[in-house]
Amino acid sequence: MKIARALAFPVLAWFFFLILAPLSMVVAVSFAKRGTYGGVEWTPTLENYARLWSPAVARIVFESVWLAGVTAVACVSIGVLAAWAMATASSKKRDLWLIAIALPFLTNGLIRVLGLKTLVGASGPLQWTLTFLAVPFDPFVMTANQPLVLYGMISSYLPFAVLPLYGAFEKFDFSLVEAAQDLGAGEWAIFRRVILPNLKPALAGSFLLVFIPCLGEYVIPDLLGGAKTMLLGNLLTEQFLKARDWPFGSAVGLALILSLFLAWLVASRWRTDASRKKAA
Amino acid sequence: MSDERLRPPAPFAARAILILVTIALYLPLLNVVVLSFRVPEGWGGEWYSQILGDGTIADALVNSLIVAVASSALATILGTMAALALRQGGFAGRRVLEAASYISLMLPEILFALALLSWFATLKIALGLQTVILAHVTFSISYVILTVGARLASFDPSLEDAARDLGAPEWKILTGVVLPLLAPSLFAAFLLCFLLSFDDFLITFFVNGAGSETLPTKLYATMKTGLTPKLNALAALMWLASGAILIVAFRSKSIRGLLKAGEKA
Repeated sequence: MKIARALAFPVLAWFFFLILAPLSMVVAVSFAKRGTYGGVEWTPTLENYARLWSPAVARIVFESVWLAGVTAVACVSIGVLAAWAMATASSKKRDLWLIAIALPFLTNGLIRVLGLKTLVGASGPLQWTLTFLAVPFDPFVMTANQPLVLYGMISSYLPFAVLPLYGAFEKFDFSLVEAAQDLGAGEWAIFRRVILPNLKPALAGSFLLVFIPCLGEYVIPDLLGGAKTMLLGNLLTEQFLKARDWPFGSAVGLALILSLFLAWLVASRWRTDASRKKAA
Repeated sequence: MSDERLRPPAPFAARAILILVTIALYLPLLNVVVLSFRVPEGWGGEWYSQILGDGTIADALVNSLIVAVASSALATILGTMAALALRQGGFAGRRVLEAASYISLMLPEILFALALLSWFATLKIALGLQTVILAHVTFSISYVILTVGARLASFDPSLEDAARDLGAPEWKILTGVVLPLLAPSLFAAFLLCFLLSFDDFLITFFVNGAGSETLPTKLYATMKTGLTPKLNALAALMWLASGAILIVAFRSKSIRGLLKAGEKA
């Protein structure tokens, strides 16, 4: 069908104009200077990249990578167990679980964050219980803190890990588990020596699916972390919407792309190693 | 089914974690719903009637709907065209198309948002609903390609061959045979885009400019100023809307397949 090939052109043009060109623009702007009134002055400079190495920025990068890493590891570890339980439920229940996990996944992130805020907020059940038990607490610290950010990240991104891992379990050959059981393996041995090695590619994939959006997360640290929390997403938003230092913001953005690319490289190397070992 | 016999139940710990995860996911959402009925005198639907009477919320809702309908329609058309083209294979732009669609799926929202913002500024395109629509179409197209592409992959080519043997011209095969058979997946793709667009906050927040609030940006702005029970009522209504669309969407095989397969990483 020759007609079909021609159908590609509008989309190609669209992607070129609204994905490839804007991203190239970010690269170009990162080498420019900030104009006096917040615009972009086209004088080539490496200054924006030099500023990336300042202790304040390095700290933000380190904290963001750390938080994204911890969140991704937690989501994958919890997700693999939850997905295992989902996949071994009866087929009717499986569909129900799928909807149950997909609904919060497709719920607006702001609503999930609002939910957490009301849970720990002034009229929420947590403060009510603490008051009832006469446990002293600081209501300001309670509604904005680091553990709350971490909890918000993990609970928001859990479905990102559970859904693909569930997909992997759907393709998993459960007769391997039966075989292991027949040979006298306990639950822990089955998990560690039968399930995990076979799921390696999906584990790496879901790690990335959580890690990538986490690294640029803005809403959760902004609304749950209070004024003290500054992560990459907040830094970028600040540069683009408030400080209007676009060249520096673009350099930070490129550093983010680069670190994501590195994470992807490591995870896919691990994944091909895993599948090669499996084939051997 | 023999398949059932082959799946020994997961250990108790795993089942317990699944239940705990579900509780952790729903508790905050249910709390919003419960608190939205909390009024000074006890319980009631007062906040809901206040929301219905709030003009700024109505404006945001109208903006959200304009953006969602326009961007989903455009994305469904463009994405279907791309899926049809990709099925043929062997043309020069194929690699670029696949790469760009992969980038748009994997790129963190915030990078996409700031790239578009500086691009629009460079081209001196005024920010407003028009730029929000352009942005939403761009991130939706890849989901359409996946949804419609999945249906096309299981498509019987002999139907097209039959039409061709009977002398149908190419465009007639497309409009008379292929598109009607694709209709359910087109509908599913439209719903998915609608949901993505209706829920998007970050990209909209960057490219909407002053005065074109959508529901999520309105929700964010209100949350920044403080939590009120009225806010809970608004969030509960938005959650209900997403849930209703999801349940309709879940009836479609294409979307269920997409969820089950997980996203490709």
